[in-house]
Amino acid sequence: MSKVMPLISKNCGQIRPTSVEDYVKAGGYAALKKALGMKPLEIIEEIKKARLMGRGGAGYPAGAKWQQMYEIEHTPKYIVCNADEGEPGTFKDKLLLEQDPLKVIEGMTIAGYVFNSHDGYIYIRGEYAAIQKLFQEAIDNAVQAGYLGDNILGSKYSFHLHVMTGAGAYVCGENSAMLNSIEGKAGRPRVKPPHLAEVGLFQKPTLVNNVESFANVPVILDIGAEKYLSIGTAESGGTKLVCLSGHVAKPGVYEVPFGVTLRDIIFDEEIGGGMSGHRKLKFYHLGGQSGPCGFLPQLDTEYCYKALRANGLSVGSGAVVVLDESVCVIDYLKCVTEFFIHESCGKCTPCREGNKQLYLILDKFSQGTATQDDYRQLERLSNLLAKVSFCGLGQAAATALNTCLKNLRAEFDAHLSGQCPAGVCFTNQETESGE
Amino acid sequence: MSGELKKEQVLKIIKSKGKEKEQLLAILLEIQQASGQNYVDKKWARLVADELGLPLTKVYDALTFYAMFSTEPRGKYIIEICQSAPCHVMNKAALVQMFEKQLGIKMGETTPDGLFTLQYSACFGACDLAPAVKIGEKVYGKLTAQKVAEIIANYRGVSVCPK
Repeated sequence: MSKVMPLISKNCGQIRPTSVEDYVKAGGYAALKKALGMKPLEIIEEIKKARLMGRGGAGYPAGAKWQQMYEIEHTPKYIVCNADEGEPGTFKDKLLLEQDPLKVIEGMTIAGYVFNSHDGYIYIRGEYAAIQKLFQEAIDNAVQAGYLGDNILGSKYSFHLHVMTGAGAYVCGENSAMLNSIEGKAGRPRVKPPHLAEVGLFQKPTLVNNVESFANVPVILDIGAEKYLSIGTAESGGTKLVCLSGHVAKPGVYEVPFGVTLRDIIFDEEIGGGMSGHRKLKFYHLGGQSGPCGFLPQLDTEYCYKALRANGLSVGSGAVVVLDESVCVIDYLKCVTEFFIHESCGKCTPCREGNKQLYLILDKFSQGTATQDDYRQLERLSNLLAKVSFCGLGQAAATALNTCLKNLRAEFDAHLSGQCPAGVCFTNQETESGE
Repeated sequence: MSGELKKEQVLKIIKSKGKEKEQLLAILLEIQQASGQNYVDKKWARLVADELGLPLTKVYDALTFYAMFSTEPRGKYIIEICQSAPCHVMNKAALVQMFEKQLGIKMGETTPDGLFTLQYSACFGACDLAPAVKIGEKVYGKLTAQKVAEIIANYRGVSVCPK
């Protein structure tokens, strides 16, 4: 049986991305028509039954989020799509935005109908400038064809979509930071509570979902929650777009049903196709830089929210960075930590200073000057970051480090005595006698 | 070079975005692009602040917070090499060397003719092409020294005969 399942990505590469005509021919907008004949609560019920987990990284049940939003009485309500895809190793939202934007638009329009919202915003990262233009074109075409704008499909429901740009800030992937950015401010996260469902964009109730989450909405209404759930596992409905990069034979975006194994994702001929070179797999980094690293004994774990969590792993953004034996874990973690130093917004001390200190300690390992006490410092600091950082960025910054400390301790130990098994560190001190 | 940006051009950009506070980032990005030197000059920051009814500090808060902005002149083309982990492990260092050699500058520097600035960037979602480089809106991946030379020559050509 095939391990890939193009469900939400089935149009990608098959139709002209901004053509409403092509999209409708491929079955598009059937879900919106269906939705307009349903009661909002019936739609929320379908999303709940489908067990759609938010695809942005946190994996929060989308149905529950929609229910909470529905119960809030204040108006107006805003619908916001988080397209600030900035997790390194992640490029699946790009695929949908670039190749099937109308599916994202349809999902947002259905959400707008559910909450009787008249304005939606999609925040697309500044690095995707070309995609912003394409997405705007898709919006214009949808308005022209009557699927968006005033009186959608002759109904009383009107919904307008606005494209907003980021300008280069990973922290804007955090929803409250993103809302500040949409308002034209620096993208620093907000104090929560109040939750964004109560006090969100422009201080109004706001629903925020990821690109892939919105793209799942029309699919669920199309095929029905029951069928959708049957595709995944009992707790994780449907499919996931995974992004393969690193030392894998076939890097790219693949849509897989929940329940395939990590081994399938990396080694199956239809997916990763194994390693790109002759070297063996050493570890893999899941869900972006803020996610955990996985190791060989975990390869047969099912790829779904529950099984990964039970094994100390997570789905996160869907990134799978494959790393072979040429990678030094210290060097890798230094690169990860450098990223967080750069992307920390500076608002809270644990994240701003903690990441710098982590880097300095890791650097001692790569210089051969680390001591036993540095292990304690690494553990103390990474605990501190997880517990007292202001937002998810700092809280998750040491996740990869923690998993590597547990599983590749021998490699850390080797660095204490000036040995780098991968041959990456200490190269300056050695002569060029061997490789 | 496209010469100095004029006040009317900047006002036109602000107007085209509806003169709204929430368009601040879009306005500043467009001014930066139109500057020809990939930066937002202090006088335009002040003009934007006045037009949108914002304190100048709010404009600078955004300008200094977001990685895509610069308040100092840069090259006409910004060559950004991804330094995030997926590109790092795919030998980003070799790519850096190729560009440094081809341009005769180091990372963070601008060529003396003002055409190119070479800098690092966080992940821009081209990990399947790692190690990746971005020039303006164009992304290149899996490059060889030969291809790097061709790309640079192409941009030099474009700048000599603008379309």
